[in-house]
Amino acid sequence: MQRIGVFICWCGSNIAATVDVERLAQLIKAEPGVVFSADYQYMCSENGQQLIKNAVKDYNLTGIVIGSCSPRMHEATFRKAAESVGLNPYMVEVANLREQCSWIHKDREEATKKALVLLRTAIAKVRLDAPLTAGESPVVKRALVIGGGIAGIQAALDIAEAGFPVDIVEKNPTIGGRMAQLDKTFPTLDCSACILTPKMVDCAQNENIDILSYSEVEDVKGFVGNFKVRIRRKARYVDETKCTGCKVCMEKCPSKKGLNEFNMNLNNRTAIYIPFAQAIPNVAVIDPTQCLKLKTGKCGVCQKFCGAGAIDYTMQDTFVEREYGAIVVATGFRPINVDAFNEYGYSDNKDVITSLELERLMNAAGPTNGVLLRPSDNTHPKVITFIQCVGSRDVSGCGKPYCSKICCMYTAKHAMLIREKYPDTEVHVFYIDVRTPGKNYDEFYRRAVEQYGVDYIKGMVGKVWNENGKLMVQGADLIENEQVVIPSDLVVLATAIEPEPSVRKIATLLTASIDTNNFLNESHPKLRPVESPTAGVYLAGVCQGPKDIPETVSQASACAAKVIGLLVKNHLKTNPCVARPDETACNGCSQCANVCAYGAITYVDKEFRIGGGKTETRRVAQVNPAVCQGCGACTVTCPSGAMDLSGFSTAQILSEVEAICRK
Amino acid sequence: MDKRETGEQILRISGTEIRKCMKCGKCSGRCPAYREMDIKPHQFVGYLIKGKTEKLLESEAIWHCLSCMACVERCPRGVAPQGVIEAVRTTVTRMQGKNGISAEDIPPIVDELIPQQLLVSAYRKYNK
Amino acid sequence: MQEVNTENEKFVPNIVAFCCNWCSYAGADLAGSSRLSYPANVKIVRVPCSCRVNPTFVLKAFQRGADGVILCGCHPGDCHYVTGNYYTRRRMALLFSFLDYLGIEKERTRVEWVSAAEGAKFSAVMNDFVRQVTALGENKRISDLRVKEE
Repeated sequence: MQRIGVFICWCGSNIAATVDVERLAQLIKAEPGVVFSADYQYMCSENGQQLIKNAVKDYNLTGIVIGSCSPRMHEATFRKAAESVGLNPYMVEVANLREQCSWIHKDREEATKKALVLLRTAIAKVRLDAPLTAGESPVVKRALVIGGGIAGIQAALDIAEAGFPVDIVEKNPTIGGRMAQLDKTFPTLDCSACILTPKMVDCAQNENIDILSYSEVEDVKGFVGNFKVRIRRKARYVDETKCTGCKVCMEKCPSKKGLNEFNMNLNNRTAIYIPFAQAIPNVAVIDPTQCLKLKTGKCGVCQKFCGAGAIDYTMQDTFVEREYGAIVVATGFRPINVDAFNEYGYSDNKDVITSLELERLMNAAGPTNGVLLRPSDNTHPKVITFIQCVGSRDVSGCGKPYCSKICCMYTAKHAMLIREKYPDTEVHVFYIDVRTPGKNYDEFYRRAVEQYGVDYIKGMVGKVWNENGKLMVQGADLIENEQVVIPSDLVVLATAIEPEPSVRKIATLLTASIDTNNFLNESHPKLRPVESPTAGVYLAGVCQGPKDIPETVSQASACAAKVIGLLVKNHLKTNPCVARPDETACNGCSQCANVCAYGAITYVDKEFRIGGGKTETRRVAQVNPAVCQGCGACTVTCPSGAMDLSGFSTAQILSEVEAICRK
Repeated sequence: MDKRETGEQILRISGTEIRKCMKCGKCSGRCPAYREMDIKPHQFVGYLIKGKTEKLLESEAIWHCLSCMACVERCPRGVAPQGVIEAVRTTVTRMQGKNGISAEDIPPIVDELIPQQLLVSAYRKYNK
Repeated sequence: MQEVNTENEKFVPNIVAFCCNWCSYAGADLAGSSRLSYPANVKIVRVPCSCRVNPTFVLKAFQRGADGVILCGCHPGDCHYVTGNYYTRRRMALLFSFLDYLGIEKERTRVEWVSAAEGAKFSAVMNDFVRQVTALGENKRISDLRVKEE
């Protein structure tokens, strides 16, 4: 039997004015298990706490009920006081006599009666309280960043700056990501490469950063502070340590018909290649689907010419296993496939291009060396029409239901750059809405209209067709209330973006939740925007939702701050109010694991004695207390009632209900 | 005078920076003569940007504008739709080679119901 | 204005309210600190998440003589535990229709979403719910069958 002490706070007159605290203290003495009761003006004060501490010692109390303000206010205070005199802090319960009683009721009799019920309810709960101890788990002081775009680079640099080792795993042969493909960046129009490549070099030179390029995360085990990750290092067929990046192999390679992914397939590359001049690591890679030596066994030209002897056609995928305390997901995006929108004729007309393709056509390092030539006949386009919201805000099934967020700004940027470079070009933009919130963003868009004379047309395009080499763009001008047809030389589709599809596999490995659009879910949309609900996993960049470079960089730095905050700890204290399975009742049905949003539940095979000296092996649930957040979803789902929640056990809540219903 | 020159003349007389227009429609939202107009105040600006000057010159609306300047007052971008309307009106009267009406012609059409402002406006409208 | 059966004028129902710790319990606290009153016969049980509420708890309450049971959680999409309240919504829809089938009126049960900022809503919801249950009168269906307390 518990020895319970009840302490009733006056809260000055806040409680005492409507609740007869003295009578309450007398009445509650009659409750079974209550060995001490007292009332005091301010329980949370130094003296009030001393009163509690003394009573614990004098009356040998095993449980405490405090009738005071909301537990959200002072539960922690009273728990600390209890702990200081050797009582387990989880043996303290608070009855909310202020916010939920004295402040809302005027009738003294009624309020006192309710206060009595609330105290009885708390006593019923404390009777079934058990001492709980917060567990501890060590933290591996190393972080993993998945994805080497600007988000991953920024997060890695910030974490490394704080002194922690970071690994960047990038599936492509070089880091840099989408930003490396861009020409200029809004709203300042500085060149993308000029601001990105120094950061890439910083990554390569930072002692704390290890770049695992051309690698993929294969498997993740463990939990916050203790992830064990298996990484596949794909065969490059080029020894990273020997290759000097001299590009002789690229000059000699006879297989020149591969599509250049970095240039959005607008030109060709050789089978052995370095994606772009500033690649990090600046090491060649062989495309095995294209290389003659690897396909037919006959060639070997690159090996013959490589002065460093770096080529190795026998190279195989290798695996590395490393431990990490925290993981940052920064897998980024890709433009959607616009083939489904046949009204724009993307697949039929070479001169209908996506914005990222235009980005390469405008780039000095692109297929046209920065001269804007239309793909079909390499002539200067005189009339260019942009179509916004291609695939964004589209619930037809061809596109994406969300706004891709960056298109309004990059379209304004493209239009402006074209008018700047080729003033004789006519530029039209079809739009549904122009959305340019952000510092200096709307001013940027207005500049395109007012200063550069870009013709913005409110309305969408319904049809694009080719007439004698001209692309006829037919759309609505809703302000003029008429249909317009614009004969154009080049049509640019502001294509929606979607999360890089590899994120699905990574989300599964990390048990990180994902939404219907394949964006990773954040822990709280407003207050925990960079953390995944899975503890120890953080989100940076477009993998969490559409965003531009400034936003991505701030989110990546926020991630880094969170990671550093985790890695500076030697041990993690875990919340003891977590789920606990009763192994004897568990039948291993997996229902609890299915509802767990955190992936805290795993299964093990365990041997149980079944009498007669025999044993049987059963699959039973195990909860990782470091990962469980204590919501209790599993406790209700469990068909055999094997799962319970410490601190809010089924028996406790039932006894609370009974205490409330007691007449 | 060709179409382009007419457009440029209207623009010059209007003295307003039409590209600043965001097509929000606040001018038309405030215009007291909106219902009488075949081309609405925001369209005056829009047509001028698009170079549809002949439509403007054929417009009846220029004779319905009260010149109350509410559109100018309300515009969030500092554009003066009324300036455009006034410029079109001036251009039309000039093209017709008329001098409008003389002050002596006014009294017979004035009655008590005509607002004071209209008199001022009419005077401005019909006199070059 | 209160619409109370004349027969039930003296009747004060006993209401059990399960409130999630993060939104609704805080909403109830806000109702308190804003002095927005609701009847004293509403008693709150704090649970970490509305999804912690086992249908057994609701049944137990009715069995022990509660006249109404209300569950409050975070608004859909705002759950502290990401998806908890979605489970609540589905479970309780099923349970309540089952209770209705047993003869416990649907109006004695309710699920409401109350955020930590909605003190006024909490108070309004409780007032409305109490009025609704008062009009129904005492809940006898299961309580009559209950095990006699010693």
